[in-house]
Amino acid sequence: MAKDEYREFRLVGTRPDRPDGLDKVTGRARYGADMTAPGMLWGAVVRSPHAHARIVKIDTSKAEALEGVKAVVTRADLPTGLTGEDWDLQENTLAGERALYDGHAVAAVAATSALIAQEAARLVEVDYEVLPHVTDVDAAMAPDAPVIREGAADPTVPEGMHPNVVKYFAFDHGDVEAGFAQADLVMERTYKTEATHQGYIEPHACLGQLGSDGKGEMWVCTQGQWFIRRMCAAVVGIEAAQLRVTPSEIGGGFGGKTTIFMEPLSLALSRKAGGRPVKIVMSRSEVLRATGPTASASMDVKIGMKKDGTITAGKATFRMQGGAFPGAPVDMALYCAFAPYKMPAVECEGFDVLANRPKCAAYRAPGSPMGAFAVESLLDEMCRKLGIDPMDMRMKNAVREGDRAAYGPKFGSIGLVEVLEATRAHPNLSIPLGLNQGRGIASGYWFNHGGETSVSMAISEDGTAQVSVGTPDIGGSRASIALMTAETLGIPYEDVRVNVVETGALGVNEPTHGSRATFASGKAAVEAAQHAIKEMCRRAAAEWGIEPEAVEWVDGAAQPAGPNAGKFPPMTIAEIAGKMGSTGGPISGHHESVPGGVGESFGCHVVDVEVDPETGGVKILRYLVVQDAGRAIHPSYVEGQYQGGAAQGIGWALNEGYIYGEDGRLQNPVFLDYRVPVASDLPMIDTVIVEVPNPGHPYGVRGVGETGITPPLPAIANAIQAATGARLTELPMNPPRVLAAIKAAKAG
Amino acid sequence: MRYHTPQTFEDAARIAAAAQGVTRFLAGGTDVLVQMRAGMVQPDDLIDLKHIPGTQDIARTEDGGWRIGIAVPGIALGGHEALCADWPGVVEGMELVGSTQIQGRATLAGNLCNGSPAADSVPGLITAGAVVEITGPAGTRTLPVEDVPQGPGRTALKPGELVSAIILPPRGDYGGDCYLRFIPRTEMDIAVVGCAVNLRLKGGVIAEARVALGAVAPTVMLVPEAAAAIVGTALDAAAEEALAQAATAAAKPISDKRGTAEFRREVAGVLAKRAARIAFARAKGDTA
Repeated sequence: MAKDEYREFRLVGTRPDRPDGLDKVTGRARYGADMTAPGMLWGAVVRSPHAHARIVKIDTSKAEALEGVKAVVTRADLPTGLTGEDWDLQENTLAGERALYDGHAVAAVAATSALIAQEAARLVEVDYEVLPHVTDVDAAMAPDAPVIREGAADPTVPEGMHPNVVKYFAFDHGDVEAGFAQADLVMERTYKTEATHQGYIEPHACLGQLGSDGKGEMWVCTQGQWFIRRMCAAVVGIEAAQLRVTPSEIGGGFGGKTTIFMEPLSLALSRKAGGRPVKIVMSRSEVLRATGPTASASMDVKIGMKKDGTITAGKATFRMQGGAFPGAPVDMALYCAFAPYKMPAVECEGFDVLANRPKCAAYRAPGSPMGAFAVESLLDEMCRKLGIDPMDMRMKNAVREGDRAAYGPKFGSIGLVEVLEATRAHPNLSIPLGLNQGRGIASGYWFNHGGETSVSMAISEDGTAQVSVGTPDIGGSRASIALMTAETLGIPYEDVRVNVVETGALGVNEPTHGSRATFASGKAAVEAAQHAIKEMCRRAAAEWGIEPEAVEWVDGAAQPAGPNAGKFPPMTIAEIAGKMGSTGGPISGHHESVPGGVGESFGCHVVDVEVDPETGGVKILRYLVVQDAGRAIHPSYVEGQYQGGAAQGIGWALNEGYIYGEDGRLQNPVFLDYRVPVASDLPMIDTVIVEVPNPGHPYGVRGVGETGITPPLPAIANAIQAATGARLTELPMNPPRVLAAIKAAKAG
Repeated sequence: MRYHTPQTFEDAARIAAAAQGVTRFLAGGTDVLVQMRAGMVQPDDLIDLKHIPGTQDIARTEDGGWRIGIAVPGIALGGHEALCADWPGVVEGMELVGSTQIQGRATLAGNLCNGSPAADSVPGLITAGAVVEITGPAGTRTLPVEDVPQGPGRTALKPGELVSAIILPPRGDYGGDCYLRFIPRTEMDIAVVGCAVNLRLKGGVIAEARVALGAVAPTVMLVPEAAAAIVGTALDAAAEEALAQAATAAAKPISDKRGTAEFRREVAGVLAKRAARIAFARAKGDTA
């Protein structure tokens, strides 16, 4: 339980207002589109209307002739010779020989107003030779599928596979066949999930400037300014250190803002327009058509179970398309799929497949929700067949500290059993259900990530502290880092200001991804604060004329460590800071590392649904998230992550999904038809924070941001079966599908 | 683009008739402005009708019906107790359009003239027997609402013509109406199927009825066969089933991103049944 009532710490575990809160609720916070600069131009992007087409010719003359147009760029304006991921990024930034999906950028313009830029974009004439396309993952692997790109496969792909299969991935341990032979029930099913978009409220936006001297600046909405810097530098051909990237506030990212889309175009346009800054703001339609959704998946799962619920073996074959480039998270999906269970034997293989869709980007626990949908759905059906309580089955097979994970390594301290116990104890599980109502349960898992991390902190002249971090604050990380820093320094929360800084201010930081910001930047901030404490103790020792080791830091002040150290009154941080200029200069702390000791997080969700048997409409009556946070630094923002993950998972389960027409064009590139849940679709989502501290973090933090999106997909499928008797194996479980499944189940 | 603010419908009609290029009328603007912003339409002449006196009014007609101004927003309809008491099905259709913010602008006339087969306020207007007053270069005429839509985005309005008022008939005694739509979410969505039922009871039996379906054909459609299935009954189970079957049979939907044809046909019947139950209860005076 969150320790609101019996706290071990002064500040950690409390719920102060977030430092960025007032700016955000008053509209003062500056997001990607909020920056302007003198002499600024507006950019617009010309996009392919075809799913797959050879670009025969691009005629930019009419656009260039329009008054107010200052630059037009095509692929010919970008450097050649890139390889690997850099080439993929460049090809996705601007199509080369072929447009690879509906919405693929083929040219860009910059003009003195947004309207002129849009008009100029319409005047760019592109001759396309339309080619056969494929958007479905299974169809893309079929022998007759059009080849997206010859030679894209890496050496892992077995011979004889279709050229669209670009990566093959497999792992196993134990004897799977022997496991199935020991089982009382072996079941096998195929599941499909559709691509979904992260759906962040803020569209991509940037303001880029690049001079002929190769020096540039960018203001951009991103999860990671150093990623933007490295990727943009590669795509436009400049040196990374010459590009200074400042992150704006960010209206959601969920993984989708860890890469580049139109950002290099602002630089290329600026360079061509004599170094004038160029602003590009995507429309929602551009966001949905051309920025990274997640992958779509087709998955075969086979599991063996004994009558008492013991799992004997599992086998999974996952196929995923992540658009016209490699990178579908099939490996992560397979790692996570069986993670909550002790698996005597597993056999997993995965295929990363190209299709004519936008290049996928990370989306909250990439791959894990798909894997969970397949495995947790099948386990639920098997429990039903064997008459076993699904909570009993989960407890019986739960991994504990020291167990070998299904994907190989041994787990350290983990909290799955505690999560399951808290779930079972929750009152939601004993609420009686009515007609057409059903309850579904599912577990989920995500890792935690260290990543390159660099943090500086400095003590101000008045004894307050500033912390410079490189991880943009999406879900309240400024608040949690301030709490940890203040706790460590022994000063009030309000005395710490956490700044998210530009690329020039720190060493390389990975983005806010992998549930890492509070874990990694927080851990580094604590280390940096301890450096500063050591220095302050040293200065107090020098003034007192005693050894530094004889000084300890207590409640925001240096004091002699014991009666033998000398008799001096405590010297507060404000006193030490006030005279720093004459005692050795500025006092600061710094820490950089790729932190180890990451803390994985398990969760268990319980959902009650009511299904309208005549329309197939599914209403979420009640929703419970139980998850291990290690320790909740700021419980409100941990709960917010739990609720947000569940909300996105509910959308993915029920109504979200990319809909492609026969022509390969995206049919629903607006929020009217790309149906994320609206507020009235969701009940207040109940949360329980389980705290099994992570020994790898000074305050026990586990990354909590991602696990929450994993269980909703199967939990809702399981609840729909409980309510209707119909088992859905394909997402989204929208009303037409649910109604058809109910009728099929009735027909037997 | 030229922006006009005429003070009379006659002036508005003259401006529209003289316009050469793309012309759009602006009332609430919740369709036109969105279409402009999305680049779907770039009008040469935009004629704002909100400044014409009377366009914001809801008034009783001499015969006891209602005359509704073309710029009256949904929120004003919902706040008008007497109108809600007479025609709850008309008002609830309009109130389903968009969000609270949209409700402050969106109008019945705009919803009708946008020409969408999924327009939520149109089935209720049709079953109520509403007519529109049309002003044009040749003067004023009236047209039943069911004759206005001619296909997706098309109406029976001639060049230079515009709707200048919406007129609802007197409610009379023992009447009830209802509009229901199906959407996958709970709000902020477009009808996958819509259905309005208006009926009148005599001695506990349905004496008159009108049933209209939305989003299952190129225009909102009046379904006389469905109405016939419940006239003369007290809406017993057999009548409900006959109504559902007639609605399902009349629906001519397509499969698209919002739903399959099979699903729409089936749900048309479900909604007809449910809407009829509510209209019946309202006609009896039950609060439903």
